[in-house]
Amino acid sequence: MTTYLLKRIALLVPLMLGITLITFTVIHLAPGEPVDMQMAMNPKVGKEARERLTKFYGLDKPLHEQYVTWLSKLARLDLGRSFSSDNRPVLDKIKERLPITLSLNIVALVLEFGLAIPIGVMAAVYRDTWLDKGITVFVFLGFAVPTFWLALLLMYFFGVKLNWLPISGLHTLGYEGYSWLSRTLDLAKHLLLPVAVASFGSLAGVSRYMRSAMLGVIDQDYITTARAKGISERVVIWKHALRNALLPLITLAGFSIPGLIGGSVIFETIFAIPGMGQLFYQGVMSRDYPVVMGILVIGAFLTLIGNLIADVSYALADPRIRQQ
Amino acid sequence: MMSLRTSYLAAVFWPRIRRNKLAITGAVVVLMLLIASLLAPWIAPHNPTQINAWQVLAPPSTSHWFGTDELGRDVFSRVLYGARISLKVGFVAIGIAIVLGSVVGLVAGYYGGWVDTVLMRCVDIMLCFPAFFLILAIITFLEPSIWYIMAVIGLTGWMGVARLVRAEALSIREMDYVMAARCIGCSNLRIILRHILPNALSPVLVAATLGVAGAILTESSLSFLGIGVQPPTPSWGNILTSGKDYIEFAWWLSLFPGLAILVTVFAYNLLGEGIRDALDPRTDK
Repeated sequence: MTTYLLKRIALLVPLMLGITLITFTVIHLAPGEPVDMQMAMNPKVGKEARERLTKFYGLDKPLHEQYVTWLSKLARLDLGRSFSSDNRPVLDKIKERLPITLSLNIVALVLEFGLAIPIGVMAAVYRDTWLDKGITVFVFLGFAVPTFWLALLLMYFFGVKLNWLPISGLHTLGYEGYSWLSRTLDLAKHLLLPVAVASFGSLAGVSRYMRSAMLGVIDQDYITTARAKGISERVVIWKHALRNALLPLITLAGFSIPGLIGGSVIFETIFAIPGMGQLFYQGVMSRDYPVVMGILVIGAFLTLIGNLIADVSYALADPRIRQQ
Repeated sequence: MMSLRTSYLAAVFWPRIRRNKLAITGAVVVLMLLIASLLAPWIAPHNPTQINAWQVLAPPSTSHWFGTDELGRDVFSRVLYGARISLKVGFVAIGIAIVLGSVVGLVAGYYGGWVDTVLMRCVDIMLCFPAFFLILAIITFLEPSIWYIMAVIGLTGWMGVARLVRAEALSIREMDYVMAARCIGCSNLRIILRHILPNALSPVLVAATLGVAGAILTESSLSFLGIGVQPPTPSWGNILTSGKDYIEFAWWLSLFPGLAILVTVFAYNLLGEGIRDALDPRTDK
């Protein structure tokens, strides 16, 4: 187990280097210079000032030098300063937004798995009945519905038409004056739609996966044995079979992280949630290179760590691997 | 070889998929969409970019089935022309992903050793990036054009195919017929192209069908955010962008293009899953 863990951790190094290299290449493939953007905003700036800006950002150095400088700064967690007018360190900007995106995604992930597991099990147990078919169709609708469209419709019905739920931001104006309880309720109300939208799309994949994992387990000999011993069907399914079918889901949870983080761009933009996705979208729109690079790298690192946690918990959960 | 595969299709694949009503429904819808988008110039009742100041945001009627948009353009015609864009993006992007993924997967699986290790590490690295972040970053830095969109969706979507093909190649290279081919002096290239590739294609077919659906979704999200297909060219995503602005007065502007995406992606997914079930030897009852 220790060797396995060490091996997995050693593998992180080349992967992280690869991530930084790809990020760097991607951003520098772009033809438009950030300096051009700043110049376009202010026509009075002359050629000389332009060169000074270029030098200031280190954009005049050869690419490999820029990469090494960036990498050594990255190792010290220095992601540079934003090109935007506030000129703040990128790390600070990300730090204040990351918790929002992370907690939103964790809530969505919990909701998603909490719903997908029973749905998948039911579909497997009642295989080929109308229930299974109904679930299949529902699940495929979830696959097919564009997140932003669903968000739009929900905003229209619950926000505009029925006026039940707020449609943007995280808090009501002046929420600071509320009591602790109503502040929490306020936040929950604001999060309901975004979380529902974020989890519905991936619900499909997970429940589908759960169904096939369950189908694979139900035919095993130990399930027949359990039934032969006279254990009730409920216990056989929800204890003996489910426990074994759940294992691969751990890996799936790890794999769904990049999708969730990537999806946050869309629903954070639509619901005006000040998270990392929104920051990324703004950064991309204003060609704020340091912000974009910072979020790309951090998003990839989060995925890497998520996968590591998933692999390690898999190994811990599966006695066959644990004992090796 | 070819006749064997044809008889397999006739004897096993076709009877199986024909029984799957959902898959057949998907196939029919896919086919209808293809025909409709090919014949768009003849089917569309109006010019999709024709502005009409007297018909702004008109609700659905007999002359405008899906209503009109904020510039008085016919939404039905725009959705119809949008299908051309979406399907084109879907096919080309997935074409790129399939070719790239197959090459990487075949080489990694066939040669094994350090080649395999290096290529699969590259796959791992690419998989770490939230794909939508990567796509968004690249497309915004380049100027928005449909060709870039297709290329970028393809270049960020090949890793799954590479893994599938590698797994197939790993088992196929141990087959007796590969050994036989090697004994009679076939080159590596010939073995890969003539013996391994054709037998590794079935999971690729499934991945491609599902991938078209994914690419269509990605393109519409990008266009919705304003960095995909640029107006006045209609695409399902960019019609929805204006739908969002007028959602309080013109529900039809949001409903129909969204439904178009939903139905298309739904159909491709049903078809893809149907093909998967039909190709899977374990589904024999």
